[in-house]
Amino acid sequence: MKHTISLSLTLGAFWLLNSDHNTPLILSLGVVSVAFVIYLTHRMDVVDHESQPVHLTAKLPGYYVWLGKEIILANISVVKHVWLGNQTISPTLATLVASQETDMGRVIYATSITLTPGTVAVDLAGDQIIVHALLRENIEALEAGEMDRRVKLLEDSCL
Amino acid sequence: MDSVIEFASALCLLTGSFFCLSGGIGIIRFPDFYTRMHAVGVTDTLGAGMILVGLMLLRPESLVLIKLIMILLMTLFISPTASHALAKAALRSGCAPLLYRKDKE
Amino acid sequence: MLIAATLAILVVMALAIARGVMGPTLYDRILAVNMFGTKTVLLISLLGFVMGRPEFLDIAIVYALINFLSVIGVLHYSEYSELKPGPGEIERPRKES
Repeated sequence: MKHTISLSLTLGAFWLLNSDHNTPLILSLGVVSVAFVIYLTHRMDVVDHESQPVHLTAKLPGYYVWLGKEIILANISVVKHVWLGNQTISPTLATLVASQETDMGRVIYATSITLTPGTVAVDLAGDQIIVHALLRENIEALEAGEMDRRVKLLEDSCL
Repeated sequence: MDSVIEFASALCLLTGSFFCLSGGIGIIRFPDFYTRMHAVGVTDTLGAGMILVGLMLLRPESLVLIKLIMILLMTLFISPTASHALAKAALRSGCAPLLYRKDKE
Repeated sequence: MLIAATLAILVVMALAIARGVMGPTLYDRILAVNMFGTKTVLLISLLGFVMGRPEFLDIAIVYALINFLSVIGVLHYSEYSELKPGPGEIERPRKES
């Protein structure tokens, strides 16, 4: 039930912010379309803790701040190697083990890896993540496990 | 106060353009598909982010700000999904990445 | 400064087109199209500000969504079409350079 409420609030806010018209006709059209989308998602059976991770909401901002810092550092390193040329890069393919237990946690980890420039999660099977990195150091940084540990904390805090 | 905000916005736009241009050079310069993907990642995260932040500073009142935040969030959520799907499809269809070998040193 | 950023984005779009034309593999071309799409979103937002009509942002939002759908559509086709090996047969890359 709380997932349905969260989805309707999100959709309603999205509609209101994008339309910016407050006549009764437009508002009722908005209510109808939100109700229709809720009906569709219930038929598709996708309204659950995976599509509406309300249990994560409190912990996410802190993680986003840390991830933003990592993204800025990674961007600077990739841009540096763009200008330094092809001799300085060392493309590497490696398999990492994710320590998260739920699918949700693993997906957050893999998406964070992909969002950081310089590393892309190519495949995800079980707890094995195949990662392609522009530099060998990027793989070493991931193997050191800072990001893995933070995602694990995020996951643990909401079980 | 206004000129400070304008200066900050110009700085953001300039850095964003620089990151986008570097990504554009990277996509031409890097040797294979997987490495080019990292260059595109730069333009999608910090390049787009800085340009959108620069635009946000120009209109910090109305709905425009919210719409810019929406575009930024969409870019940040969509780009890893698209690049992961692309990399997975490429690896599964047997497109082998160029790898760095230690014995070349 | 807005004009300069717009010009930079146009240059990046030209580079993406160049990669799309040169791209040795299919995936390079899809990557170039994807990059072209995200840069179009930025270009539309910038142009809205240059022309003083921020309503252009609505078009940019729609464009971002369409771009995502088109990339996923092409990849779904290339991953599950009969020309390619099925999802179970992963060919591991050999170490070569």
